[in-house]
Amino acid sequence: MSVSSQADEMSIIETDALTRRFGDLTAVDCVSLQVSSREIFGLIGPNGAGKSTLIKMLTTLLPPSSGTARIAGFDVVSHPAQVRAHIGYVPQLLSADGALTAYENLLLSARLYLIPRKEREMRINAALKLMDMESAAHRQVQGFSGGMIRRLEIAQSMMHEPVVMFMDEPTVGLDPVARRAVWDHVRQIREELGTTILITTHLMDEADELCDRIGVLHAGRLQEVGTPQELKARIGPDATLDDVFAEITGTEIVSGGSYRDVRQTRASARAHS
Amino acid sequence: MLDKPAPVLALIHRRRPLSCSAGYLTQVYAVADAEIQKLRHDPSELLTRALQPAIWLLLFGQVMAQVRGIAGDGRYLDFLAPGILAQSVLFAAIFYGIAAIWERDLGVLHRYMVSPAPRSALVLGKAASSAVRGLAQAIIVYGLAVILGIDVTFAPANIAGVAIFIAIGSALFSTFSLIIACIVKTRERFMGIGQVLTMPIFFASNAIYPIDLMPGWLKAISYANPLTYEVDGLRALMLTNGASQYGLSFDLTILVAVTVLLVAVAARMYPHMTT
Repeated sequence: MSVSSQADEMSIIETDALTRRFGDLTAVDCVSLQVSSREIFGLIGPNGAGKSTLIKMLTTLLPPSSGTARIAGFDVVSHPAQVRAHIGYVPQLLSADGALTAYENLLLSARLYLIPRKEREMRINAALKLMDMESAAHRQVQGFSGGMIRRLEIAQSMMHEPVVMFMDEPTVGLDPVARRAVWDHVRQIREELGTTILITTHLMDEADELCDRIGVLHAGRLQEVGTPQELKARIGPDATLDDVFAEITGTEIVSGGSYRDVRQTRASARAHS
Repeated sequence: MLDKPAPVLALIHRRRPLSCSAGYLTQVYAVADAEIQKLRHDPSELLTRALQPAIWLLLFGQVMAQVRGIAGDGRYLDFLAPGILAQSVLFAAIFYGIAAIWERDLGVLHRYMVSPAPRSALVLGKAASSAVRGLAQAIIVYGLAVILGIDVTFAPANIAGVAIFIAIGSALFSTFSLIIACIVKTRERFMGIGQVLTMPIFFASNAIYPIDLMPGWLKAISYANPLTYEVDGLRALMLTNGASQYGLSFDLTILVAVTVLLVAVAARMYPHMTT
């Protein structure tokens, strides 16, 4: 990755021993992570590894039990409002409102992020254009395909030009064509806006193709961090990311998460298909 | 935005043309307007909600009107109409919590919660949209009341007063409902508790009979029930010869104070829904 200036070298996401416990369960265990400016960082791991919990802490939705996290220099606990102003978040769940049109969804976000009235129209149109959905602007979202809803949600999350975008399983439930379209848009956002992007996925080809670096989360701990090439090289000459994944997550059977995880994944897969 | 890359970003975050309070109001309006647009896309809900006050006025009201003495010397239907207006507002507002849980289950709530909008602005936005819904209800109940020959006044000051009471009452009960949603967290539990809550709020008030007829313990509950003051205000403002028992400014003060308290509590609890 080319680094163009001094400012770009600073870590945009920085966590130190970040931990979240739910009762006896430690969902995220002492995670220390640095993500640089303009990086696309992939977080992979089996269901229940703590990916969503980690993202929730970084997006201020969930307070950490211990440790610290700073986004664009702002602490998530002491300065949540500043963190929120600098991030965009595409939740795994369906976050666009189906009863509104695409335009109304974007207008809602533009107002919540206090984009000045004069710029709203211009930014909404630019976001629609970037996501290839100008013709659907005034249609209700409940009639959209899963791929279109995802693109709208991404548009909603980037209109205020966040420094960092968090995407929780952005391609879950999408067919391969729609998935590829989302990847292209993610790359485009990085190129055109210089946004740092943290993405969770359990698709190895997605991680391999899209991400500059990958972190492997297992049982709440960050087991490995590196470029896809580095991670594969550590296992062997012809290793794939699947091999890396199997090596790190060990012999443990991937059980598929809790009932709640399954329900949420399927609900969002249904909504997005 | 795409013509001018990275530097724009820094610019936006530094330059905030809107002052703090104007920004706050924009965020309140953002939430309220989204709800209003939904209502505009599908207004059928307003019509189905009109059925309930119609049934109360036409069935319950007509029969109870035969019983002398409930409303003192006045006609019972005149006494009942403001109570039913308050009831329709209460019943519409109390299910706001279900919508909040639904939004959480979908993921729409996450979008609100990661935005920089203060949590109280989000709560107030929902309350404001409930007020709009309440006002739409009021128009329907007014129509019914006129058809039934109830002595409704259309003096501008009275109409404005009714609108204020409806708006604040809707905000109060929708925020109360939001707090319940934050506590019970699932739709199933809310459905159960919603019924259990609305009935006592309605019956332990002066909506369909005067408090004077109640036994002492029920009187005490009714005096602590905000709906009583909502109904009292509406009774004074909606009818040609309406009178308030506790004084309009007292009614309004109680309603505003309870609303402010509930909004403050809800703003603290609402963020926990996404955790």
